[in-house]
Amino acid sequence: MRIKLVKRPPLPLWKRALLPVWAILLAFLISGIFIALTGTNVLEAFWLIITGSLGSRFAFLETLIKMTPMCLTGLAVTIAFRAKFWNIGAEGQLYMGAMAAAWIGIIPLSSSPFIQIPVIIMAGFVAGGLLAIFPAWLKVKFKVDDVVTTLMLNYVVIFLMRALLDTVWRDPISGWPHSPSILPAAIFPRLLPPGRLHIGFLIALGAAVLCFILLKYTGLGYRLRAVGYNPQASRYGGINVKRTLLATAFISGGLAGLAGVGEVCGMQFYLIDGISSGYGYYGVAIAMLANLQPLGVILASFFFAVIFTGSQTMSRYTVVPVYISDIMQGLTLITMLMVLLLNRYKIKISRK
Amino acid sequence: MSENSTSNITPHPLVEMRDICKRFLDVKAEDHVDLSVYPREIVGLLGENGAGKTTLMKILFGLYQPDSGAILVNGEEVTFHSPLDTIQHGIGMVHQHFNLVDHHSVIENIIIGDKKSSPRGIVDYRGARKRIRELSERYGLEVDPDSEVWQLSVGEKQRVEILKALYRDVKLLILDEPTAVLTPQEVVNLFITLKQLVKHGLSIVFISHKLNEVMEVTDRSVILRRGRRIGEQKTSETTKEKLAAMMVGTDESFVVPKKAVSFQGELLKIDSLTVKNDMGLVAVNNISLTLNKGSTLGIAGVSGNGQRELAEALGGVRRAESGRIIMEGKDITNLPPARLVEAKMARIPEDRFRLGLVMDFNIAENLVMEKHRQPPFSRGIFLSWPKIMESARGLIEKFDIRTPGARTTTHSLSGGNIQKVLLARELSMDPTVVLAAQPTRGLDIGAVSFVHRLMEDERSNGKGILFISEDLDELLAVSDIIAVMYEGEIMGIIPAAEATKEKLGRLMMGIKDSSPAEKTREVSAYAD
Ligand SMILES: Nc1ncnc2c1ncn2[C@@H]1O[C@H](COP(=O)(O)OP(=O)(O)OP(=O)(O)O)[C@@H](O)[C@H]1O
Ligand SMILES: [Mg+2]
Repeated sequence: MRIKLVKRPPLPLWKRALLPVWAILLAFLISGIFIALTGTNVLEAFWLIITGSLGSRFAFLETLIKMTPMCLTGLAVTIAFRAKFWNIGAEGQLYMGAMAAAWIGIIPLSSSPFIQIPVIIMAGFVAGGLLAIFPAWLKVKFKVDDVVTTLMLNYVVIFLMRALLDTVWRDPISGWPHSPSILPAAIFPRLLPPGRLHIGFLIALGAAVLCFILLKYTGLGYRLRAVGYNPQASRYGGINVKRTLLATAFISGGLAGLAGVGEVCGMQFYLIDGISSGYGYYGVAIAMLANLQPLGVILASFFFAVIFTGSQTMSRYTVVPVYISDIMQGLTLITMLMVLLLNRYKIKISRK
Repeated sequence: MSENSTSNITPHPLVEMRDICKRFLDVKAEDHVDLSVYPREIVGLLGENGAGKTTLMKILFGLYQPDSGAILVNGEEVTFHSPLDTIQHGIGMVHQHFNLVDHHSVIENIIIGDKKSSPRGIVDYRGARKRIRELSERYGLEVDPDSEVWQLSVGEKQRVEILKALYRDVKLLILDEPTAVLTPQEVVNLFITLKQLVKHGLSIVFISHKLNEVMEVTDRSVILRRGRRIGEQKTSETTKEKLAAMMVGTDESFVVPKKAVSFQGELLKIDSLTVKNDMGLVAVNNISLTLNKGSTLGIAGVSGNGQRELAEALGGVRRAESGRIIMEGKDITNLPPARLVEAKMARIPEDRFRLGLVMDFNIAENLVMEKHRQPPFSRGIFLSWPKIMESARGLIEKFDIRTPGARTTTHSLSGGNIQKVLLARELSMDPTVVLAAQPTRGLDIGAVSFVHRLMEDERSNGKGILFISEDLDELLAVSDIIAVMYEGEIMGIIPAAEATKEKLGRLMMGIKDSSPAEKTREVSAYAD
């Protein structure tokens, strides 16, 4: 028996729209096996995931809170990957944004949040962006591999932050390694109080729309896509490839930086180690799941957040460890990539 | 199914395609096409760009599935799922764009995927080398089995592709525009090989836009037009004109008359230019050339003698080591392409896939590349898609690009239509100087004369054209002056009116007969 992939024309739109549903069902099916291995009732476990993330107003808002940084890092990776700038460094860029927010957040610029907050947002964006520009510059100048440099910079930044937290920013009163609390004017306003959801969520949604517009309707987006597809032809056609890559890196890093700003100004109100639960790395998976489409990132990050919060709830009530969420997210990514392949190919099984 | 195949009176066709249909979304690429190939014959497959030649052959080779219709091999109906099946049925294909692995040796490329050469999973290099040597000798396909592919010339790569098919004992060899990338001498050798193959019992399908070649090498030609089979002609009973008329559907003349013009002044001056190739060796050696207003300067030469490097240096993508390039009095040496676009230099690169176009972009996106920052295509940071689409539709119409629309991805176009996109982009910028490297390669006769007419318009409006080509007939037709390149140097510059193919041919071989004094040293070194 032989199994082969045969190319076929793209599916009709309605069938294509159903593909992700199939992928998610398949992923749930396989993760069901793992849940069953712990002796837990699989259906009950899934029900807990759904109710734990969507079942109540509180749970739903918690999901949106988790979704916020994931959406931003997903966008960061999407923009970078479109230009084939392999930015695996969203985690470090997020921490740069967080550090900038913690720093500007304690400087009294104005009693009005209408001044303090925009300044912090800009600072966070610039901080993340500058961190991403460095590996992009190494790439265009010396052809240094961007996967390695962006990844390694994550550790550099995290150790830099720990150094700061252990020295200049150590809380003078408690002695804990976290930075001083930010000023009231720097705190992100809440959406739909009494929940913890903050305007960072709107920023994330707005960023997705802006990224969509950037890619589709601006000259920079056009150049970025051209460079991603064929840098040599782009250069021949008059595009400044280096400048385009640097600009792409800046925007990408800036978006990841915003994720860090949101966590500091919307959630913690000070900087502390572990402020990100690996959001920068989730960003890569989310961007892939979204097929590098900015609006798809909204859906993909929502889905990741559902599983993330839902499995925390589930593990509280069952013996299933919380790591099941990683398994489910990983499986979904794999099934989604497989299903996307099926969009272009069909499986042919022949006896031979 | 095999019963009724015995009823034929004529010898069995080796391969028969019956009533083939194939649609790509809105394009009917094949519309009830029949084609049979008999043993020991060379069949020409002709048609305009986008007529469906490549698609038909990809169906026969198992790369595409037909929507309807049947394929019979030796009278038996077969279904091919992939080229692997096809090769087992004795059909091989050499694509226009080769599929070789650069950093592998010729042997490895030939035996890759062939189970017979690795009995029990171990590759038998000795046996493979021996067989490849035998095949090379028998059919005149000279190539060193142990060299690596990146070291080979285009012609050698093509021989490797042919050997790859022969190594698998194919009975039918499909060659998709094999001569488009060959030097005239290589074409002669290829034809000798093809005749050898036929003598040894193979059949060949030969796709080409060059009717001279079709008349020379084929026994019979099948003509396609817009996915339909228009007819068939025995080579011995037809003429070039008749074939051309069948392909295009009219019998207009394809010769573009050259107007007499009188302009004064220089447009482009190349002064002692030296350029290195990818391996760091001098490829263009201290060349000086002048392009005048209202003239076409042809550059002749066997490919690989520095023309590519010269074109890339002029086009802003290869560093000039020394020397200067002056355009309208301005030094443009080593300026990036963006500046050259501003200076109104149209640049048509030879390698349209690597340098010319972004194949994943749609037609409109490719057409706007060099002007996407200018109004009306751009307003502030935004692009104006309605304007871009409108301009693209105009160019598609003007350049007769056969496509369902401006939003079609470039890589789904036929070979010739891809080139038309590039030509449309470059020639629509109202250039002062046109730098054209092999601009008509792969175009059908109608499109070739259209491009020649456009260039002639530019020329008679006082613009300058630098026309690099290996096709001497073409150069003689379009040029005012022809410079011949050999080993990175200019062997001679002759007015087109005084040039003959023989004269140019000698210069291209490095033989300089007229001026004994100055270059005797080189001549004696090159003439054995
Ligand atoms: N993969 C594809 N997807 C969509 N359309 C295609 C695809 N391949 C070919 N076509 C369309 O089918 C038609 C026939 O194309 P084909 O490549 O067979 O032409 P051709 O005769 O080989 O032309 P040329 O002389 O330019 O190489 C064209 O209109 C082309 O745009
Ligand atoms: Mg073709």
